[in-house]
Amino acid sequence: MSELSGLEIRQLRVSFDGFTAVDGVDLDVRPGDLRFLIGPNGAGKTTLVDAVTGLVRATGSVRFGEEELLGRSVHRIARSGIGRTFQTATVFEELTVLQNLDIAAGAGRSMWTMLRRRKDVPEPVAEALETVGLTELADSLAGTLAHGQKQWLEIGMLLVQDVRLLLLDEPVAGMSHDERQATGELLQRISEERTVVVIEHDMDFMRSFARSVSVLHAGKVLSEGTVAEVQADPKVQEVYLGHAANASAAEDVSDTAVVQEA
Amino acid sequence: MTVILGQTFTGISIGAVLLLIALGLSLTFGQMNVINMAHGEFIMAGAYTTYVLQKSISSAGMSLLLALPIAFLVSGALGALLEWVLIRRLYLRPLDTLLVTWGVSLMLQQLARDIFGAPNVQTRAPDWLTGNITVIGGDDPLTFANSRLFILSLAVAAVVALSLTLRLTPLGRRVRAVVQNRDLAEVSGISTSRVDRTAFFIGSGLAGVAGVALTLVGPIGPTMGTNIIIDAFLVIVVGGIGQLKGTVIVAFVLGALQSVLEYSTTVSVAKVLVLVAIVAFLQWRPQGLYTLRTRSLV
Amino acid sequence: MNLLKGRSARAAAGFAAAAVVLFAVAPLMLSDFRLGLLAKYLCTAMVAVGICLAWGRGGLLTLGQGVFFGLGGYAMAMHLKIADAGPGNLPDFMQLYGTATELPWWWQPFANPLFAIAATVLLPMTVAALLGLFIFRRRVKGAYFAILSQALAAAFAIWLIGQQATTGGTNGLTDIQGFFGYSLDDPVNQRMVYFVIAAVLLLLIALARQLIQSRYGELLVAVRDSEERVRFLGYDPANVKLVAYVVAAGMAGLAGALFVPAVGIISPALIGIVPSIEFVIGAAVGGRASLAGAVLGAVAVAWAKTTLSEEFPAAWTYFQGLLFIVALAFLPGGLASLAVYVRRRGAPKAPEQKAPVVPVGEAA
Repeated sequence: MSELSGLEIRQLRVSFDGFTAVDGVDLDVRPGDLRFLIGPNGAGKTTLVDAVTGLVRATGSVRFGEEELLGRSVHRIARSGIGRTFQTATVFEELTVLQNLDIAAGAGRSMWTMLRRRKDVPEPVAEALETVGLTELADSLAGTLAHGQKQWLEIGMLLVQDVRLLLLDEPVAGMSHDERQATGELLQRISEERTVVVIEHDMDFMRSFARSVSVLHAGKVLSEGTVAEVQADPKVQEVYLGHAANASAAEDVSDTAVVQEA
Repeated sequence: MTVILGQTFTGISIGAVLLLIALGLSLTFGQMNVINMAHGEFIMAGAYTTYVLQKSISSAGMSLLLALPIAFLVSGALGALLEWVLIRRLYLRPLDTLLVTWGVSLMLQQLARDIFGAPNVQTRAPDWLTGNITVIGGDDPLTFANSRLFILSLAVAAVVALSLTLRLTPLGRRVRAVVQNRDLAEVSGISTSRVDRTAFFIGSGLAGVAGVALTLVGPIGPTMGTNIIIDAFLVIVVGGIGQLKGTVIVAFVLGALQSVLEYSTTVSVAKVLVLVAIVAFLQWRPQGLYTLRTRSLV
Repeated sequence: MNLLKGRSARAAAGFAAAAVVLFAVAPLMLSDFRLGLLAKYLCTAMVAVGICLAWGRGGLLTLGQGVFFGLGGYAMAMHLKIADAGPGNLPDFMQLYGTATELPWWWQPFANPLFAIAATVLLPMTVAALLGLFIFRRRVKGAYFAILSQALAAAFAIWLIGQQATTGGTNGLTDIQGFFGYSLDDPVNQRMVYFVIAAVLLLLIALARQLIQSRYGELLVAVRDSEERVRFLGYDPANVKLVAYVVAAGMAGLAGALFVPAVGIISPALIGIVPSIEFVIGAAVGGRASLAGAVLGAVAVAWAKTTLSEEFPAAWTYFQGLLFIVALAFLPGGLASLAVYVRRRGAPKAPEQKAPVVPVGEAA
């Protein structure tokens, strides 16, 4: 395992045709942190991840370890050890679980290896299958997996890629209680050796597993700290309460309940 | 100099035909992300409608004017039928749709051959469209053919009518809503399937009008659509989808470019050069001239 | 793992059966004329092998394979025309139309047989690589790519027609007499051409199968299904697609080159928009993602075309239109997906699986 690195974001700004989605974000994630990004819809969480992974153009600076990421192409950023998942699980549905992981493991393979058949299960792939608990399903088509299993497969793909920074976009959305618990424990194990950033709406999940939390609001970082610190922050309460007063989405109402409770 | 101007004018009138065709295409492509290869045969249907009308009404002028609405209805009905029978079943499979509609186009061409015969036929242009307008007189005159001016005004009228429809009518608002976010439109109570069919009717109808226009500048035949449809597709590729102005600008630019290049080289070399220019353009704007930006993964 | 072994065994058996049919049964059963037709169909099948790779596996709907077929065909035909004319003489059509007294400069290298043979494969591959580089790098894909490839076919055919004096224009290069010193009028030599074609086809199938079964083949399917996701794994999907496109172009070029001695002609009508899309229909009917399906489909459609279109040209066009509609709208996996379905029904012990739209596991 390569040594841990942290993420350092300075004055990150993203705008789409005049609308500023991320407006000067400064964010530090310590090496080996399990950081949760929370905030109401439209706060810029996903856009922030898009910018870090090179999917949208941004200004400012994003450093991971010693490397500046902004301005690099998506696949080069991926090769610097940064991996992400998407809100809707995207796995290769018409390939098997094993094939999915093997592809994820292989970005550095030589031409010669690529043109030959896979003879056995590579060591990191077998480990990842074990870690995410899909060994039994290795030869099933990914398209036949249950929703939660697809999310785990995605996380497994990041592990075999040997990424040092995982950016997960709502990994437990749509999961049952048991699946959430299992995913949370998985993330804690992973973050012992890698840096993990999770976008999440589920406040119970956050409170159980987050090591630190950043709250985004309207493209800016509103508050940062441990779960307890953030929940006690009056600014956070105001944003969530104000949001709920406008009677918007149901999920935000439940979020508010959690914050009020604190 | 006047030669270049004259050539440019010819190019612009070619662009006007392209525009009429591409307007319909961009509506259906933008709306449903569907490439309709049978669009060319809807042009053909419009042209044969003109021919049939002229056979039954001897007045060339009268039949031409009547052909415009009737061809719109005929081709529009064909388009709506195609959408209803096949295309709506192929939602989210754009490449398959492309090939399926190619099959439809083959069958329509053969149908035309069986009804009207394989050789090309011709219509008479009305007297008021046969002359020229002299723009610059003298030794080196610059003249515009009336028929080409007519086509140009037809294209302008179609653009104005279509953009007013999209902007001002409830139908237009629904179409724009579906183009921008189909799922949201659906849950907001818009019947997307009805909007799809209407968009297909209008888009295909415009192809029929283009077919009427084409009878003024060339012969009518079963394969007339295939020859011009690819240029119209290229207009869409370069213009981008979702906005009319891209289609309008690119149709005229491509028409003029083709015409000027043909004059300075040959028809065949011009085709190749235009394609090279398009690939070069896509290096700069791979999504086309104007495009809707979204956050989708595709 | 057992599944994999079974599949390899089945593929080997299929391959052996194909070899027996092509090298023993067909030459014994068919007249010289029929064998010549079969040679022509097999050339179409070579193009289909490439289409299976590029479209079936890579999702690249290339409607311009005629261009590569034509480049290979013209490269071969140019050499054969020069050889037919003999040293110092111009090919017949140039004497007829042209005012030129010597070969145009770009004809001259084709006088060398080795250059010409290399060019039949390398020329199409180079054109595909250049075009693919520009198109894929800028992420022009899906229907846009299909349209551009079709426009390329149109432009190439029109360009050829325009160069009457040096390419034979609409007529193309016709009346080819000899093939590297052997007279094509002699039925024995025609058979030899058939055997060459059959051997090359089997070779290309083996090559394509290796590619499909390799890690690259898995990656190609991944790119087809989610290009963006592959990018996040650290690959450049443009390169992955480029390889499939270039290989498919090389196969089409080889097919065109062998088509010329088999049929004796290459012309714009054989490589424009319509033939380009006809190459696709064979693969679509048989099963775009299955090598066996694509090859058999291509042969069957080419056979049906020759047989039906001579006697009932109108009926054939309707039938062809229907083929497109039925195969793509209602059976997107082609006939090969029916075979898979039957096999699954026959093997009740196999685990219940959601049937994929395109059968990925069935390579040959």
